[in-house]
Order: sequence, then structure tokens, then C-alpha cells
Amino acid sequence: MAKIVTYRRPNPDSQPPYLHPTYISSIKRAPSKSLIYLPHTLSEVTGPSFTEAAIDVKACDLTRQHSGNPLGERIIVSGRVMDEDGRPLQHSLIEVWQANAAGRYLHKRDQHNAPLDPNFTGSGHTLTDAEGRYRFVTIRPGSYPWGNHHNAWRPAHIHFSLFGPAFASRLVTQMYFPGDPLLPFDPIFNCTADENARNRLISLFDWETTIPSQALGFKFDIILSGREATPMEP
Amino acid sequence: MKHDDLVGAGTSGERVVIEGHVLDGDGEPVPDAIIEIWQANSYGKYAHPEDQQDKPLEPSFSGYGRIPTDDEGQFRFTTIKPGPVPDLDGKFQAPHIVVSVFARGLLRRLVTRIYFSDEPANATDFVLNLVEASRCETLIAKKIAGVSGKLEWNVILQGPNETVFFDCGL
Repeated sequence: MAKIVTYRRPNPDSQPPYLHPTYISSIKRAPSKSLIYLPHTLSEVTGPSFTEAAIDVKACDLTRQHSGNPLGERIIVSGRVMDEDGRPLQHSLIEVWQANAAGRYLHKRDQHNAPLDPNFTGSGHTLTDAEGRYRFVTIRPGSYPWGNHHNAWRPAHIHFSLFGPAFASRLVTQMYFPGDPLLPFDPIFNCTADENARNRLISLFDWETTIPSQALGFKFDIILSGREATPMEP
Repeated sequence: MKHDDLVGAGTSGERVVIEGHVLDGDGEPVPDAIIEIWQANSYGKYAHPEDQQDKPLEPSFSGYGRIPTDDEGQFRFTTIKPGPVPDLDGKFQAPHIVVSVFARGLLRRLVTRIYFSDEPANATDFVLNLVEASRCETLIAKKIAGVSGKLEWNVILQGPNETVFFDCGL
């Protein structure tokens, strides 16, 4: 039988626990019993792949999905997706979703009284290129209130979903913005104990990708699996 | 991107509909969960380059599905029962589907598996044998009496009947 290549596991504190009581929704949803250690078999080291045919090439520009321009500050979010050894993960699906500039999601469960934007849906996807690079054009999402505790506000964030090469490399996380004053108070951002790991979720302002008179650039690299893995977040 | 029917034209194998609920620690439905599944085809071959077995691939079957729960916390998908795939010792695992569960409140995904009730191979499956016998039931999809091809399998996030979840790294 052919030997399979398994995936290195992240350091324990570099990923969030399931139960994080200050994040109220985790209390009734976190498993109470210990997880059972699963050695990686062929079932875990394989996973779905997505080809160009499954991708809408326009889906990487969230500002061009409607007839008009969305309101808000135009930004470019780009970066590289790498494995635990820093090698690029090519042709890997990335999906994003986010609130609009006013802090409102286009979703029936979002009842925040901020306005919807008819020119902004807030979801997109793309494939990484041969060097593992990706690039989205979007608008900077707004902060929004939520019911977790009194006067709770989420820092501005973009949800990221990545597949990587295998079931074992599946990651759903959130990207934040540098200097956001809400970060120290956010129970979701702070659920990861290791500060260095947590800070990997904050994008960097980036002159290189900033386009004059057009859009600010933010850089967000993502590592799937291994000791430097990007932490998960819901 | 909902994908709840994995069976394409010409896909071989025993067609099954698997349905169930995602429930929280109070037994309340979880209406915002997403179930993702990954499985081999009826020959026990994954559509992935890491699978080097000399078995046929079927272009009509990718093996991947994504199913959101509805307002009652219910999900349902149509697939085929996968064939056996190798374990780490050159033996075969019992037919199974690997599952990720995502939801609000889950800071990380939960990883679990779906096995099939009518499989003698379950008794020797090395992953099922990692689980205490009384909890194995939570991993097995059961036939719904009187309905052919329909199986029930639930995700209980927390509590005495909690589903078995695995540590898969990420």
C-alpha cells in the first residue's frame, strides 16, 4: 500500500478551545466529552478540489456584483496561502463573506437596524494561483453590535473559508484590521490563548498593493496546518 | 454554495438519503449549522491525487457535499454508500463518510464520521475501535423503518448522547 503524507498538528494554544464561556453561543454548543485523536488516513489526507470551471471569475471583486458601486471605503485584500513548510498551496478555493460598510449582513438572521446596500452582497470566492496568491476587491466592513453581552460590538472582520489540499487542512476563520479599538474586547478574537497565533488573524496595511486614488491594500497570509497554522474562528 | 445531491448521471453504487438534526446541549435545534461531507465513490476511491489505489474514478462523482440546516435544525443529502478505503495497516476501513460541522458558537469545526448500520466491517474498523462501545452508535446512520434507502443520523453537539467528535488537527 502506498504510504500517505499526513498533516502536522497545530500547537494546542494556537487554536481556540470549543468552550469559551465569554462567547455565550459556545456554552450550549461546545462538546462536553474529550475529542478522540484520529490518525490521518486516506479519508483525511484527501479532500475536495475545485477547478476553474466551478469558479465565477467575477466573484473576486465584491464591488462589481451589481449595477452600482457599493458604499464604503474600497479595499484590496490579498495574500498567500501556504502549507506548514511555507510552500504555496495552488489552485485552492477561498470563500469570503462580510457585512457591508454599515455593519449589516445580507442575511435573514441579521436584524441590526443599519441599512442594507443594494449594491453589495458581501460574498465572494476565488482560487489561489500557482504561487498560492489570492486577491479580493471589496469594501471595508463596518463594526456591528451583537447580543453576546451588554454593549457588545464585533471588530470589523471578513470571514474566510479555505479548503487547502485535504479534509485535514479545512479552515474557517476571520480576518481583522490593524489598529481596531474593539479587538481587545472581542471574545471571539480573544478565544485563542496564544497571542502570536491570535495576531496572525490581523491583516497588515500594505503600500505595495494600495492603488493610488483607488483602494487601500491589506495583506493577509494564511497557513493551513502545522505549528504556525492560522487559528480557526467561526 | 449548497450541494446536497452528490449523485450524478452514471454514478454507480447504492443510493442513500441521509437525514437528521443538529441539536445543542438543551436539545434545541441548531438552524445555522453547515454540514460538509467528503467520501469515496462506490469502489472506495477518492477523487484526489493522494489516492493511488488502482480503482476507477467516476467523473460524475466528486465526493463533496455541503448542506445547511433549516429552521428546524434539519439537514438532508443524497449520495451513494462509499466503498471501503484502506486504513494505515493495509487493511480496509468500514465504509464511511467524513464530516465537518460548522455553526455559530463553534469556534472550531467539529469532525465526525458517518458509518452504515448493515456493515459487518464495522466490527473491525480501527477508527470505531478507538471509540468506547457505548458511544459508537452515534457514528452509525440507521435505517428508517418502512422507507427504503433512507437513513437517519443526528449530530448532538453536547450532553449524555453527544456525538463522537474527533481531533483531526485543524
